[in-house]
Amino acid sequence: MADGRSLVRRKAGARLWLSALWLGLLVLVALLAPWIAPKDPLAQDLFLGRLPPFWMAGAEPGFYLGTDSLGRDVLSRLLYGARLALIVALVAGTVTALVGATLGLLAGFLRGWVDLVISRFIDIWMAFPPVLFSILLIAVLGPGLSSIIIAIVVIDWTRFARVVRAEAMAQGAMDYVASARVAGRGRVSTMLVEILPNVLPTVLVLLTLEMGIAVIVEAILSFVNLSISTDDPTWGGMIAEGRSSIHQAWWVLVVPLITLFLTVLAFSQLGEGLKDRIDPVLR
Amino acid sequence: MGAGMADLYQVRDLTLSLADMTRKPLLGAAPRIEILRGLSFDIAKGGIVGIVGGSGSGKSTLGRALVRLLEPSGGSVTFAGRDITHLSDAELRPLRRRFQMIFQDPMSSLNPRHRVGTIIANPLALHGFDRVQARALEALDQIGLPRAFAQRYPHELSGGQRQRVGIARAIAMEPEFILADEIVSGLDVSSQAQVLRLLERLVAELGLTLAFISHDLSVIRRLCNRVIVLHQGRIVEDAPVAQVFAAPVAEYTRELLAAIPLPDPDQVWV
Amino acid sequence: MSFLRILDLSVRIKGGPRLLRGVSLTVAAGEVRGLVGESGAGKSMIGKAVLGTLPRSVEVVAGQIWLDGVDLLTLAPAARRRKIGAVAALIPQDPLTALNPSRRIGGQITDRLVDILGWTREKAEARAKDLLAEVGIDNADRVLRAYPHELSGGMRQRILIASAFAAEPKLIVADEPTTALDVTVQKQILRLIADMQARHGTALLFVTHDLGVVSKVCQSLSVLYGGLVVEDTAVRPFFAGPAHPYSRALLAATPKYTDPEGSLTPLPEAVLAAVQAQVAAADGGWHG
Repeated sequence: MADGRSLVRRKAGARLWLSALWLGLLVLVALLAPWIAPKDPLAQDLFLGRLPPFWMAGAEPGFYLGTDSLGRDVLSRLLYGARLALIVALVAGTVTALVGATLGLLAGFLRGWVDLVISRFIDIWMAFPPVLFSILLIAVLGPGLSSIIIAIVVIDWTRFARVVRAEAMAQGAMDYVASARVAGRGRVSTMLVEILPNVLPTVLVLLTLEMGIAVIVEAILSFVNLSISTDDPTWGGMIAEGRSSIHQAWWVLVVPLITLFLTVLAFSQLGEGLKDRIDPVLR
Repeated sequence: MGAGMADLYQVRDLTLSLADMTRKPLLGAAPRIEILRGLSFDIAKGGIVGIVGGSGSGKSTLGRALVRLLEPSGGSVTFAGRDITHLSDAELRPLRRRFQMIFQDPMSSLNPRHRVGTIIANPLALHGFDRVQARALEALDQIGLPRAFAQRYPHELSGGQRQRVGIARAIAMEPEFILADEIVSGLDVSSQAQVLRLLERLVAELGLTLAFISHDLSVIRRLCNRVIVLHQGRIVEDAPVAQVFAAPVAEYTRELLAAIPLPDPDQVWV
Repeated sequence: MSFLRILDLSVRIKGGPRLLRGVSLTVAAGEVRGLVGESGAGKSMIGKAVLGTLPRSVEVVAGQIWLDGVDLLTLAPAARRRKIGAVAALIPQDPLTALNPSRRIGGQITDRLVDILGWTREKAEARAKDLLAEVGIDNADRVLRAYPHELSGGMRQRILIASAFAAEPKLIVADEPTTALDVTVQKQILRLIADMQARHGTALLFVTHDLGVVSKVCQSLSVLYGGLVVEDTAVRPFFAGPAHPYSRALLAATPKYTDPEGSLTPLPEAVLAAVQAQVAAADGGWHG
């Protein structure tokens, strides 16, 4: 008999490897930035402002991707920017996932008053407009890396909580849970041993999406000048900076934008690819 | 009541109602639907009792009350001399090993992320058995699957093989009683025959008591010594299997029997 | 002349194994033919091929499907859909998912008549009422305004039967129409299908795993294993003694309350090995 599942098995290979390759490269670049960056990302030289990238006429040797209006090297800023982007993605993504998934799992599996409390809490939380909420938060906490991370966690944990709650409820209705009960397994133990492995792939996919979202949120906050100090090289800061000179030096805007786009795309594709790979049911 | 020592289960005036969430008013409690409306019967040690009925008859609910996945609303369920009607999860835990259950849908009852070996071994470890791994493998021997299957995931097995793993998980616990809830209704006739023959052999060899819930009277006829027919939450017939089929007392039993399409073009079936 | 004639039909998973291996069968006008086999035998796949509802992952590699004098496989997709819509219909397996839960029953019956056959709305509605009465639903007006979840499983299956007969098709494919139902309801539904079939003279391709059901509603049957028709015969001789060893074993494995000792015989290994060899041999003669 033909196995129906193998029919729908998606060819995960290419996108998984391409996205892993891009993100691996990014991690490497972030780690090695001080050594491989051709220039000091903060060094200004107004005489070298708005230099074009290497393939255009008027490029200066050593400034491979040109310079911005203050004469700072775009490539070096991009490389250092990867550090901040990745730290935000990893830390904010992981903490958001931990907080949200834990609450979702408790609500979805234990049900009863635990669910009631957590679900109402989620509803109320989601009624706050997220952008205003984050701006308010940073205004209170003051700008800085940890503020951005806290803002992302505080705004986005509900995304995990809701999805994981629904998934845990669906899994909780399966007979293998009843079977664990017949075997005399306790509630918390059942949640950890039986349910958790079945919601992990979902959490993982959400986590990679969240990492992408975190990168975007950081960029948006930088863009509106609410991130880390404006001097520090962040992709969002670079995009904001590039906007002012879009007609004279488009590369200042476009280069970080493409990098940002590819990174967010890579995160989401990594999640989908990993899901196919680690899921024994789909494999 | 004067229950004999040979009775494993004594069920007296069992009622069970569930909240009907679809009719819940905006404020206040949901109305309750009575699923079981006062059932009394005993299950003697040894042998196979068939529990039969249509959908909505309450047969699965009764089964789940017997293994205390559900708590009865009224009446009593006594297992091996102990009243288990309202025991808490913690009080039930030491007893759980002694009554096991095999589920209808083996795809849903086997955790898709655990290997077969783990699925059989987990309950054993929970109850402090020694030689857990060895026992799990022996259980595979008993149900006639190669030991290498311990390394497989449920989705790598056929329907019949999955259901045999469900049986292995139950018998590995060395229970006195097993509840089998529609365990062959999703299987092809060929694997159905295999699973039922296996079950029959194990019951005889291990001296088990089995309650076999099914909607299929032909299977019940082949497998059981005694039949309880449920209709709308009440017992309408409870008799030795030969008697039920030769001279059914209840109107509903007669209807059920008459509705079965036998593989025989000459059967009167109007 | 057969209304439906399938010739040497082979279907496979794209780039994968074959699901049907040179299936041939005929259904005469007004004939009821059973398609019997275990899961994976390909019985539903035949029904899907006839109705043009094969899944995207599957392709026809060879064969002809002559429906009402036309080979469907030579028609362009749009023409094929029109042809099938005009002469054939389906009674699906699951009455729960076969009806759109967010639409009233009425529209779900009449849409086909209006859209495909170009009837007026009034004519279609009158027809729907007649049909509901015919399948034993008394308060047709109320049911036509109801949503599926307001009706019982048996009632929904009656509606699907009414809907299948609505456009007076010449052929109906019934895909395990009673598998989800209780025996007592199954009996009513089977009788209803048989009555409707006889009254309308519709040919019926009845897909089922239950030999008991076949013996009640069919005149002829094709037994399938691994996408291969292993036996094609009339019902009476079949139940008197199947010709193919696999059919014999299948009949023996079917439980019968009248013969408890004789029923539930697992399929002998030798029989399975032989029929699997037959399937492999069918693949051996096939290139592509």
